[in-house]
This record gives sequence, structure tokens and C-alpha cells, in this order.
Amino acid sequence: MSFPWAKHYAPKHPLTQWIDARLPLPRLAYNAIGAGYPVPRNLNYFWNFGVLAGAALAVQIITGIVLAMHYAANGMVAFDSVERIMRDVPSGWFLRYAHANGASMFFIVVYTHIARGIYYGSYKAPREMVWLLGVVIFLLMMATAFMGYVLPWGQMSFWGAQVITGFFSALPGVGETVRIWLLGGYAPDNAALNRFFSLHYLLPFVIAGVIILHIWALHIPGSNNPTGVEVTGEQDTVPFHPYYTAKDGFGLGIFLIVFASLIFFAPNLLGHPDNYIPANPLSTPAHIVPEWYFLPFYAILKAFTVDFIFPAKLWGVLAMFGSILLLFFLPWLDKSPVKSSNYRPTYRMWLIVLLIDVLVLGYLGGAEATPITVLLSQIAAAYYFAHFLVILPIVSAMERPRPLPNSITEAVLKNEGGTSPMQTAAHGSPAAAE
Amino acid sequence: MLSFATRFLARNLNLVIGAGFLFALLLGIVSTVTGMVTEAPVKSAEHEFHLKPRDAGLQSAGLFGTFDKQQLQRGFQVYKEVCSACHSLRLLSFRDLEKLGYDEGQVKTIATDWQIEQPSVNPDTGEPATRKNLPSDRFPLVFANDVAARAANNNAVPPDLSLMTKARDDGPDYIYSLLTGYSPQPAELLREFPAAKTPTGLHFNRYFATLNLAMAPPLTATDQVQYQDGTRATVDQMAKDVSAFLTWTAEPNLETRHAAGAAVLIFLLIFTGLAWGAYRNIWRGIKH
Repeated sequence: MSFPWAKHYAPKHPLTQWIDARLPLPRLAYNAIGAGYPVPRNLNYFWNFGVLAGAALAVQIITGIVLAMHYAANGMVAFDSVERIMRDVPSGWFLRYAHANGASMFFIVVYTHIARGIYYGSYKAPREMVWLLGVVIFLLMMATAFMGYVLPWGQMSFWGAQVITGFFSALPGVGETVRIWLLGGYAPDNAALNRFFSLHYLLPFVIAGVIILHIWALHIPGSNNPTGVEVTGEQDTVPFHPYYTAKDGFGLGIFLIVFASLIFFAPNLLGHPDNYIPANPLSTPAHIVPEWYFLPFYAILKAFTVDFIFPAKLWGVLAMFGSILLLFFLPWLDKSPVKSSNYRPTYRMWLIVLLIDVLVLGYLGGAEATPITVLLSQIAAAYYFAHFLVILPIVSAMERPRPLPNSITEAVLKNEGGTSPMQTAAHGSPAAAE
Repeated sequence: MLSFATRFLARNLNLVIGAGFLFALLLGIVSTVTGMVTEAPVKSAEHEFHLKPRDAGLQSAGLFGTFDKQQLQRGFQVYKEVCSACHSLRLLSFRDLEKLGYDEGQVKTIATDWQIEQPSVNPDTGEPATRKNLPSDRFPLVFANDVAARAANNNAVPPDLSLMTKARDDGPDYIYSLLTGYSPQPAELLREFPAAKTPTGLHFNRYFATLNLAMAPPLTATDQVQYQDGTRATVDQMAKDVSAFLTWTAEPNLETRHAAGAAVLIFLLIFTGLAWGAYRNIWRGIKH
């Protein structure tokens, strides 16, 4: 693990020596996130988002634990217990708004983190395991977020639970049985609310565990960097602490400014007004939509409208889950040995289309269904699958990448070590300038 | 040849799966386009005549919005004298009114004089009974249950108003617009959609999603409410005031939140500035 030139933990004080001989936890932290972890010197700001995701999880766990002290997971009182938090619990409004918007911040940060991984090829050998664990974390996050949204037991909570568990009824033969088993009843009710609360409390700790594996797997090869060229020597790296702890401190400041702006000035911007109406099984909302971070996948679900071998609903469900599960295969779908898209002009173009495509899907997922929006979401969903399953494997096998720098330091000395996607867009890819 | 094809497909399973999804979507695209060509676009009266809420211009709107307590008191008066006949306010307690500037005695009087009493138990017989409201009580429900509410209101349930301004898009503007938005049905609507004539018992309002709502216009005449502070109670003024009051009932901590937010942002800007300085200082001399 780590590079031979990594600094070694050498406690000076007798007490720290005493601890180190008995439980070398400080040593572990030193090697994982301290001066003992050498990191490429050319990371740009996109590399801040891993630490920020950890910060977002910490915020969610801390605010969540306090909220759980006041929340009551029972269909009769859940809605009112949330309102009691908002009105009567000291600073309860702050905790709840921080937790609700914290989920959004977590997804903003994680989507950026994933996009960075895709753009710079961080999923490729030797970091496939880091990527696979990351996709697991993403899936766990989605499950946690969905179940958390059910807890306030408003209209969108209830009908969201109805719709999402309804996906399972699309499974041929066993679907309805599975759905009833998951819900603990024929429709979302106390049994569902209680198990969602139980799992919503459990899963963040599972996520924390998988994050430890994610970081462990990362530390075997070390961090990727904007050139995608592996570290060749000590001159290519700096110790994580103080260099990247300082940079992450600044990144954390920006993160908190955005987060606080949401909490204090637009706390309901990303929520849905219907969730301030208590759950009513007898009244279906005009327009059931999930939280914003699920909208691209929701658009894919709705894009399948025609029965073909399977019913359209099953296609939609398969495609929605498939759109995430295919990320597991990304390291093998991409056949190019070059990691950074800065040096892959052809693939880079398709990646930009993919980014726009996902944003369009997100918009369409929340838009009212008209023939135009349905058509657009069908085209956008088609591109999504075509990108990963057809275009990426073919382009990566056929494209001619630009020449790579020999080392990170060489790129740095030419002022192109940390080239970001925006710089490449403005000035052309680094090697092209040669 | 066959075995070559099988081997190729097995090795490129991604193409097979991709082709499956793409073909299913292609069929969808064909059917959507066919539908667009063959079927006339569906037009509805709601789609063409529904209006987005008008700006109520409340002091609570905007990033640093605050409450006008005088206005909140007027809004409470409108609620008490008009809305409370049908709409409950079940998440608030009488004592919360102290935040509008009423003193303890006034709140006690408001609670005691409240038209609807608090459900209770007869201490002698254990039979259901009612008693006068206390400042610590929640506002009592107007109807014992939805069945009673429907029976008294032409089969519609008047919703609780505690959270109404947060339960609708642009809530405060929506309440204001709805209360001032009753009108006769436009002639062009009836010409275009003869079936959309407002049914008996409902009332036409272009700010309501379905254009027809069960609530009769509640604010109809100037000075329907005699404001204690002398403000002229036009329908527009009363609608604004009650919308301001309901903004407060839905988000009583709005002022605290805005003030705390300003302080937090100032702190974070300084923190981030210092963190930036520390970052630049540590990286000085290291090319990256």
C-alpha cells in the first residue's frame, strides 16, 4: 500500500508512542488521510468532491440522529411529529431543513464526483474496485434517500412509496407478491413506514462502511489525476496533509456557503409543495414526481411506452435499474487504455453529449407528460443506452488519442497538469497545443 | 458461421442488451410520432385558462423577508372572522399568537372567546363534552371529521390552513390570487369549451387548478372586517393580510431563519477567505 517515499508515522511524545504500540489508530489515520498518503500534485478542484461527499454524509448522520430523537414513525403521527420539530423543538427547523437540503447537497456532490470519475477515467485499471464500490455507495444512497423522503408522510411521501414499490409488481409472475412483501401490506401503511425508518437509520452506517472500503481500495494504487498518467516518482506527489487538507478546507467553505444559502434562504426550493399535505390514500396528487436527484432515471422509466415481448412497464423498470447497473460494467465497456478524456478528443465529444443528455432527462423527468416531452425523453433515453452500450465500446476501440505526457511533473512544468474540462473546452486539449 | 455469430454476440453482450433497449425505445418513438400526427392535440379549458398566481407583494417575500406584525394581526382578524367558519388551523396553539404582538391577557381572551370549544370529558360522568379554550390549546378543529365537513360543505372538505402557503407553489401569492380571483366565466371559454361550464355549487376562479372550486367567494365587500388599526379593509387588502398571516402560520420561524442565515453566511465567508489564504500559503512555491 502506498508509495515507497510515503512519510512514516513516527510519534515523538511518549503517550502517542504508548498508544501506537497498543492500538495504531492514529497511524492508520496518518497513512489514510494524513501526511503518510502521497497524492498527485496536479489535482484540480474536481478532486475536492470526494471529501465533500464524506462531509455531506457526516452532516446527514449527525442531523439525522437528532431528528430521530423527535420523529415518530407511525402513520397517525409522523406528519405532525415533523411539524412539531419545525415549530416546537429548539432549532428543530434548522435540523430538518439541514437534513432535507443535506440530501440534495449529498447528491449534487456525488454526481459531480461520479462525473469527474467518468471524465478522467478513474474507473479504469488499476482502480476498478474503487469504482465498483462507488457504484454500490450510490445505490445505497438512492435507497436511503428514497426511504427518507417517505418518512414525513406527506402526499409525495405516500404516493412516491406507492409508485416506487409498484415497480416491483412489474416483475413477471412474482411481482405482486414481492411488492406486498416489501411493503408489509397491500398499500404503504404503518408496516412500510416503520421498516423504511429502520432501514433509513441503518443504511447510512452501511454507506460509511463501504466508504472505508472505497478509500482502502483507492489507497492501493493511489489517486488518479487530470492527466490520467500514473505516478512515476516522488516529484509527482505531495503529502495529502497539509496540501490537500488545506485545499479541502477551502472547498468545504464553498460547500457550506451553498448549503447554508439553501437552508436559510430557500429551504423548500428543491422540495415539492404536496409534501406539506398529510398523506391521504384516497386522494392521488395530480402529478407524482420523485425528488430532483431521481428525475433522470424517472424519465427513463417513463420513456418506454410500447409493449414489445415484455410489457412496457417492465421495460421501463428494467431500463431504469439497468441505467444504473450498467455503471458496474463501465471499466470493461471502455476499452481505451488512456484514462483522461482531455487526451481523447473523439470520446470527449460524446461525453459532453452524455452530460447534456442526462440534464435533459432530468428536466423531462419532472415535466408534465405531453407528446413532445415523451418523444424527447425517448430520444434522450435512447442516447443514454447507446452511449454506454454501443458508442463507448466502439469509440474506445477505434479512436486515436492525443499523445500523453511522460509524467505528471512534465505536464505540470508545461502548465497543463491540472487541465480541467472547462480549460480543454476553451483552449483545446493539452497535448493538442503542442 | 453460426458459431462465429454466437461467439461474437456472447462477447459483445453489451451490444445485444443495448439493441434491445434501443429497439423498444424506437417502437416507442414510432408510436409517439404516429400519435402526434394522427391525433389532434388535446386542449383543455384548464390548460388554456388557468393563471399563475399574481404577486401579493408581501414583506415576507424575498431572501431577507420579514413579517409586518400589524399586517399579521389584521390577517388573523380576517382568519378569525371569515375563514375560521370552515377552515381549521390545527398545528397552531393560541399561545403562538403572542408572537404577533398580542400580550398574554389578549391571547387568553382570544382563546376563551373562540367560537368552537375544545373537546373534553365531563368530569362527573365521563361523557364527551367541551370546554373553553386555553392559551396552551391547539386551535380546535371546525368539523369533528371529514364526513361532517363534507355534509356541511356541499361534499367538499375545507382544508386545514396551517401549512397552506407551503403546500402550494408560490403559496402566499396563490392564496392572495385565489381570494381575489373569482370572476364570471369568460365568454370565449364557454364558446371554446361548452362542456366546461361551471357546475352548480362550484365557483369559477382562474387561479384554481381545475378552474372551479367549492368555496364561495369568502371576501366580497369592503369593510367586511372592521380592522382595529383603522386600515381600510378592501377585498384586496384583506386578501393580502390573510395571505401574510398564513405565511406566518406555515413558517413561524421565517424571520429567525433569515437573520441566522445572514450571520452564518458572514461567518462562512470569513472562514472560506481564511481557508483560501491558508491553501494558497501552503501551496506557495509548489507548481501544480
